[in-house]
Amino acid sequence: MTLLQTRRLTAFYGDFQALFGIDATLGAGETIAIIGANGAGKSTFLKAIAGLIRRPADGVLLDGKPIGSLSAFDIVKLGIALVPEGRRLFPSLTVEENLMIGGYGRRMAGPWSLDRVYSLFPVLRDRRNSSTPILSGGQQQMVAIGRALMSNPRVLLCDEISLGLAPIIIADIYGALPQIKAEGTSVVLVEQDIVQAMKAADRVYCFQEGRLSLSGRPRELTRDQIHRAYFGS
Amino acid sequence: MTDWLNALTQGVLLGGLYALFASGLSLIFGVMRLVNLAHGDLIVLAAFVILFIAGKLGLDPFVAALCALPLLFIVGFALQHILLNRTLGRDLLPPLLVTFGLSIIIQNGLLEIFSADSQRLRSGAIETASFALGGGVAVGVVPVLTLLSAIAVIVLLNFFFYHTALGRAFRATSDDLEIAQLMGIDVNRIFSLAMGLALVVIGIAALYLGLRANFDPSIGPARLLYAFEAVIIGGLGSFWGTLAGGIVLGLAQTVGAQFDPEWQILSGHLAFLVVLVLKPRGLFPRALDGSGA
Amino acid sequence: MDDGEPKPALTFRIETAGRASRATLVAAFGALLALALLPAVAGRNIIQDLIFPFYMLALAQCWNLLAGYAGLISVGQQAFVGFGGYLLFALTLLGGINPLLAIPLAGLLSALFALPTAFIVFRLRGAYFAIGTWVVAEVYRLAFAQFKSLGGGTGTSLAPSVTSAVPGIEWVKAVLEVRTPAARDIISYWVALALMVGTLIFVYLMLRSRRGLALGAIRDHETAAAGLGVDIYRTKLAVYVATAGVTGMVGALIYLQKARISPDAAFSVLDWTAYVIFIVVIGGIGTMEGPIVGTVIFYLMQQYLADFGAWYLILLGTLGILVMLFAPRGLWGLIAERHDLTLFPIRRRLVACRRDRNS
Repeated sequence: MTLLQTRRLTAFYGDFQALFGIDATLGAGETIAIIGANGAGKSTFLKAIAGLIRRPADGVLLDGKPIGSLSAFDIVKLGIALVPEGRRLFPSLTVEENLMIGGYGRRMAGPWSLDRVYSLFPVLRDRRNSSTPILSGGQQQMVAIGRALMSNPRVLLCDEISLGLAPIIIADIYGALPQIKAEGTSVVLVEQDIVQAMKAADRVYCFQEGRLSLSGRPRELTRDQIHRAYFGS
Repeated sequence: MTDWLNALTQGVLLGGLYALFASGLSLIFGVMRLVNLAHGDLIVLAAFVILFIAGKLGLDPFVAALCALPLLFIVGFALQHILLNRTLGRDLLPPLLVTFGLSIIIQNGLLEIFSADSQRLRSGAIETASFALGGGVAVGVVPVLTLLSAIAVIVLLNFFFYHTALGRAFRATSDDLEIAQLMGIDVNRIFSLAMGLALVVIGIAALYLGLRANFDPSIGPARLLYAFEAVIIGGLGSFWGTLAGGIVLGLAQTVGAQFDPEWQILSGHLAFLVVLVLKPRGLFPRALDGSGA
Repeated sequence: MDDGEPKPALTFRIETAGRASRATLVAAFGALLALALLPAVAGRNIIQDLIFPFYMLALAQCWNLLAGYAGLISVGQQAFVGFGGYLLFALTLLGGINPLLAIPLAGLLSALFALPTAFIVFRLRGAYFAIGTWVVAEVYRLAFAQFKSLGGGTGTSLAPSVTSAVPGIEWVKAVLEVRTPAARDIISYWVALALMVGTLIFVYLMLRSRRGLALGAIRDHETAAAGLGVDIYRTKLAVYVATAGVTGMVGALIYLQKARISPDAAFSVLDWTAYVIFIVVIGGIGTMEGPIVGTVIFYLMQQYLADFGAWYLILLGTLGILVMLFAPRGLWGLIAERHDLTLFPIRRRLVACRRDRNS
């Protein structure tokens, strides 16, 4: 059953067109990965879904209903949460306050609470009162993910959560994914780390210069295909 | 000696009034990076509102102020919702010029309605009541109440900002507007609420303005300058810093007046300029961004 | 990729003057001539009246240069108006210097004082800079109120010995057959006209120069400009000091003409900042044509509506807000966009033309 769908989705930054009609779907309980080179439009795609940039009113559909004209803060209330690129934690707020503010737009009761997030990422419990700029990259990423989870999302959009992190930390973070999925959340992963993306996802989309260049199941795609889709011929 | 002790005491008490002026400004700038050039005129407007309510209903100014506060909240909310939210964005000019125009409108509107006559909030015996502090220094009850109110307002604002969900939302919005929206925060509503809150603080400031001295439609801009100076001296991002800034300003003025009464206001301005040159970020800065200095 | 025939070469050149701006130049010369000769035919009232829009336009061009190009939104230019005015009084009354000579001197000294002033206020940015300039203007006002020799808080008047020492009065009296007060006004009129034209030329030259390119870049995107090597601080400082000098000269002229000065009047926010901002906003920020349009509109409004006192000011404030919200480029902005018009050729346009290999 399709949970989230984009239909001929376009997006602009001023006069510059970043997305040229993307058709993609996310099924309930699915995990999809979006890969592509820098500037391919992956982050723009997530921002468009999350409502941070303007998009056509029927470009994004949730449960079959168009949500493209809604503001970002309404989109959160519908159950779509974005873990932004670069973490973007609130520097004036402590770890715990960052998590709590994630629950500000909570759409309804759900599995995620402060306690539940702390059991997902135990290292944060010890640092609940510390300010966020002094945390390590991995810890900041955990806060960012936890913060998004606090709104009890049906769809979790993750923008490059492995960026700048050491492999062992990336493994830790991705190790939390199964628990997130177990609570019924569908996940969209934007990743530069193709290996990690292919391991975690049920399906993969490849973007190239604002267009879809490839889609399919990881096991069914050859290295050559991915290479060509990623870099273009 | 007594003269100097007196000047210092009066300076601290005057600082309380300036801290009240400044708190509203600090709140608005903190949450939405808006410097409201009509801030001083809003204080004067609030004073006239209190005057009007006190007169029409035959109330004591303190009670009238209490009644005025909800009204002022609505005025602030509406002002932000209808007008000022439209000016916010990347460009500096619109909020500056729109609030400047607003300043002119408020001054002249008050002039038309109330005339240029000097007004005062009359509160009976409390106005002239005073008690001795020792060392030959006597302080008026109203100035002391002003300082205590300033401290109370700051304590309440800090509590609100740091121990409530809405306060958290204010801080998040101030940190990162875009990401705050991802938390389900309707930033435009937050701004309107913040302005409403600022008008409440302005209302309290207006009460003490009107009790301590005469006011008329034209004195707004000078209050803006004092509020601004207190904020800059104290440093951005901290309400307690604003109190400190107000007190430093008040002290500068009263000490200057000791040398020559005509130098009172000039001394305040000069102290501000000195702090600006030597410590551009203020005496107790907390803000994480460098805007303003 | 290749077709057989080699295409004619493409050459580029930079063009500044378009047809409209050439026409404007001719019209401007004509207008200037007419204005200069006006005292020969017009009555004293008209001459007196026109001095006001002349110096307001000069002030508006300066404010526009500061805010519309250098990104320095100053709410304190009245500091230099008053400073220039007081310098005129001081130089003539206390220094015995000839009034017409005192005007450029006042300008020079204003520019000089703008240096330490800038040092202080440049520590602030954006809206805080704006209020900072206001504070500085207040300091100037309060400082001058201390000078008893210039009238202290209540101000003073120019002695007749000074007003009659303005050079050229006798000549005007003889040629135009008017009496001394009218002759004085006519001289003030010509000085105001000269200042206005001078300011326009100064602003035009500045915007056409390399510094002008730098200013355009700063206005559009300051960080990018800095990245390209534009020395933001020096450029802004240059503009601030230069406009202070011009503003000071205007202030000196204003108070030579009024012959009476007081701190509250000389450093009035309403007269020297609010009205100026109104002119630039209504006319159009960031263009040279805008302030001209704005001055005309403002002059007409002053003529017919100023009697309404507070209501007039409420109207000005409301109009300013509405224009800022709904037509932020001002009246000239609306016209220019509609017709793609530029009268002052300060923009450089890249014109490409194909030239035949053989020609």
